[in-house]
Amino acid sequence: MIRILDIAAKDLKEEFRTKQMLNSMVIFSLLVIVIFSISFGSILGSSENVAMVAPGVLWIAFIFAGSIGLSRSFVAELENGCLEGLKLCPVSRSVIYTGKAVANIVLMLIVELITIPLFVILFNYSIGGLLLLALVIALGTIGFVCVGTLLSALTVNTRTREILLPVLLLPLVLPVLIPAVMATGSALSGASFWDISQELRLLVVYDVVFFLVAQLVFEYVIQD
Amino acid sequence: MSDRSFTGKVLPLVAAATMLLAIGMIFFYLPEMKGESGEVLDSSFRIFYFHMPIAITSYLAFTAVFVSSILYLKSSEYKWDIVSRSAAEVGVIFAFLVLVTGSIWAKATWGWYWIWEPRLTTSLALFLVYVAYLLLRQAVDVQDKRARLASVFGILGFVSVPLSFLSIRLWRSAHPLMFGEASYGSGGGLEGTSLQLTLIVNIIAFILVFAAITSYKIGNEKLEEEANTLRSTLR
Repeated sequence: MIRILDIAAKDLKEEFRTKQMLNSMVIFSLLVIVIFSISFGSILGSSENVAMVAPGVLWIAFIFAGSIGLSRSFVAELENGCLEGLKLCPVSRSVIYTGKAVANIVLMLIVELITIPLFVILFNYSIGGLLLLALVIALGTIGFVCVGTLLSALTVNTRTREILLPVLLLPLVLPVLIPAVMATGSALSGASFWDISQELRLLVVYDVVFFLVAQLVFEYVIQD
Repeated sequence: MSDRSFTGKVLPLVAAATMLLAIGMIFFYLPEMKGESGEVLDSSFRIFYFHMPIAITSYLAFTAVFVSSILYLKSSEYKWDIVSRSAAEVGVIFAFLVLVTGSIWAKATWGWYWIWEPRLTTSLALFLVYVAYLLLRQAVDVQDKRARLASVFGILGFVSVPLSFLSIRLWRSAHPLMFGEASYGSGGGLEGTSLQLTLIVNIIAFILVFAAITSYKIGNEKLEEEANTLRSTLR
């Protein structure tokens, strides 16, 4: 457990020194929102229309920002043979995976914490049920990152890694995204916990399934 | 080899014969569908007897990919990789046919080819997952690395299969539910022996077709491997 946090802390420390990834993720998700506000410009006058597009816009921003973050997650390890060093550490391979995933979750949550207020300001939108929204977004992010971290390690070995990651990732995370977007829509419009309990249950199930499967197969991904 | 002559000759013949029987049953054996007030219903319903067996076969194909991926990771024997590669390619075709037959049926009964609702979306996602699987195979050059990474993805991708299967049971959906109970009430049942018999014969026919094509594909892949090793020894 502590080792997991060690690896996560290493990644985050490295990230906060340069803030290279974090800056580009935040700017990117901001850009996605700006592009949406331009392309939907004419219908965004009324708050009902905004409520209809809000969950989609938010999740597209999160996913796009997340997948550029994930695509760099293991590339940095490949340079200077860092991955070899990590593999030499006296920890099991699944600890490396979990540590990486925790670091990626933290990064994505930071991006989301910045994106949502910007969305609220730019789209003139008021959010109901903040706690529930936070829960839904956290669960969705965990599922997304659980798959994404594994695929990031997987695509690092391929020829066209930057292109291949989103192509592999997006269809796979659909089981997480469908309930996440549905539940986000309900949470934004102020539904109660029990209204979205079915979506939440599905999210939890998929988070657990993806996390466990990824734990089991990760060692085959980074094996030589 | 008796093994090869079975998969090479007997299996395709049996599959073709069953397929002919299945098609014949759809057109000649099935009674006309009657609505509740006794009027004769649109015979576009008959495509159901293709649609559902194809869907079941595609689930079966992806299950085969899943199982042989696990076996490859466990044993590192290359034959399992050949199985998962062949089953995945055939499965993608079947998954595509599910979408095609479903769209044709939807056009006839709902009036449009596509709507965005859970069953259709998850079926499309299932198709895309295994297209991505084939793309991943193309992107890795080294043979055993390709087999290893594809197996990992084959295991991970299988998560979409139960979701696609269960989607009409989880969410309120426009897609009809033929068997079992949904969370929002029971589905429209398929009653009558002639209907059920036709369906069963069709399912068997499509599974046989799948088995025949896949065993052909596996044979081809094996020959290609042999050719590759021969070529490398000649050099």
